[in-house]
Amino acid sequence: MRILKLQINGDLHELAAPDHWTLLEVLRYSLQLTGSKQGCDKGDCGACTGLVDGKPVLSCLTLAATAQGHEITTIEGLLPAHRRAGGEGADPIQRAFDRCGALQCGFCQPGMMLSARALLSRNAQPTRAEIRSALSGNLCRCTGYTQIFEAVESAVCEQLGVAPKPRAWETPSPESGS
Amino acid sequence: MLRMPRFELLEPTTLEAALSALAERPEKSMVIAGGTDLLPNLKHELFTPERVVSLARIASLRSVRELDQGWLSLGAMLKLEEIAAHETLRRRYPALAQAASLVAGPQLRTMGTLGGNVLLDTRCQWYNQTYFWRQALGFCLKKDGTLCHVVEGGSKCVAAASNDTAPALMTLGAELVIVGPAGQRVVRIDDFWLADGAANKKLDPGEILVEIRLPPTTPGHRGAYGKLRMRDSIDFPLLSVAARVDLDSSGKVSHADLVIGALQARPVRIKKLDSVLAGVQTGGDAWKTAVSQAAELAYRQCHPMPNVPGDHEWRREMVPVYVRHTLESAVRGDGPVHGL
Repeated sequence: MRILKLQINGDLHELAAPDHWTLLEVLRYSLQLTGSKQGCDKGDCGACTGLVDGKPVLSCLTLAATAQGHEITTIEGLLPAHRRAGGEGADPIQRAFDRCGALQCGFCQPGMMLSARALLSRNAQPTRAEIRSALSGNLCRCTGYTQIFEAVESAVCEQLGVAPKPRAWETPSPESGS
Repeated sequence: MLRMPRFELLEPTTLEAALSALAERPEKSMVIAGGTDLLPNLKHELFTPERVVSLARIASLRSVRELDQGWLSLGAMLKLEEIAAHETLRRRYPALAQAASLVAGPQLRTMGTLGGNVLLDTRCQWYNQTYFWRQALGFCLKKDGTLCHVVEGGSKCVAAASNDTAPALMTLGAELVIVGPAGQRVVRIDDFWLADGAANKKLDPGEILVEIRLPPTTPGHRGAYGKLRMRDSIDFPLLSVAARVDLDSSGKVSHADLVIGALQARPVRIKKLDSVLAGVQTGGDAWKTAVSQAAELAYRQCHPMPNVPGDHEWRREMVPVYVRHTLESAVRGDGPVHGL
């Protein structure tokens, strides 16, 4: 057991945890921040993705103690961080996921949105290939990847102030003649 | 959920402190770098150390330094994403930067380190499983048992060297700097491996890999890395190919090297490659023929086993495909090769 000081979503948390606990266990079971999901729990699925100093990491493979001294962001911190930075409503990525229906069961969504946030923070205008690559460590077992990629593109368009591309079903097909 | 066995974590800030933390109980202590290999293995109860020593707070292990005579030193704690994105490495050692760029997915490259990837534990589909799973089948040669599930009647573990950076480092002639209670030693990476999947590295408990040194390359140096995998993200290699082609000023091959990973306990160098590639002018029909001969040579020398997931006969058929594409990619100066 040791006393940990963790900077999470802008707040400093002081708590006791065993040395062998992961950051994910501390988030979920000590702090009740259950937005970070425990999926495979061994680094395959990306459901536990959080941001450490703005970069996406797997909290299930991070020892809690080694996260001390770093700035940790979980899905619970995305909206408050956006508001603190002067924004309105939720983070543009959260709103885009909502707008595009980029979820089915929702289990992968916190990790997807944090990976997307890390991407957009370092690259304001990613291509579809860059989006796919940045989200390649997050598995969606409902396989709803198309809407997820569209949501990220939609968030990019919103940030740049341009109209989003029409979605697949909004484009008239050549056969329809319209 | 997968809980880890209990251990004590130490986070020294100097190498000396890390060495003395290990020296107290070397056999019962383990080093953690990025943790992306060690933590899943702890969760599977493949190791049960009493003490885990983290190198994450030792700043001196994260530097890139130019050494005398054109050598380059890479700190063992450099992150894989840093290796993949490093401009000097991409220019002078393309195979290494490409190999790092294909390890796992973005999160794991943010966390995983170069040293950790070199020291990755060998992998086998009968070994990288939970305790419950392993005890149900019967323990194997690599851990707690006496029989091999891959090779019937086998007496030597054939778990696969699955580290992407190792084949690339072998083509580059890298040296490993290792410190321990007896001081510092430098080992050529070719001499670092043993042909035993149960313990394929010459690294004693209490020793730490601190640095990877790369010899200079000439302007005619070309390199590329190819990786066969199921998902084209996150997964370990089912087959990997590191290629090196050194060209002279007229575009002829002066030396070539191919090292194949994920076959057996150590990365495998293709023998007699220079007999088909050396002296060949790149770009023309002779080059095409030579590349096909190299692919055929690799096919004859590589024999994937059912040690990692994926049909091993398919993996063998993919050997010449990946060898051909990776050699061509190296000479063209692009790559990495994946998703074929």
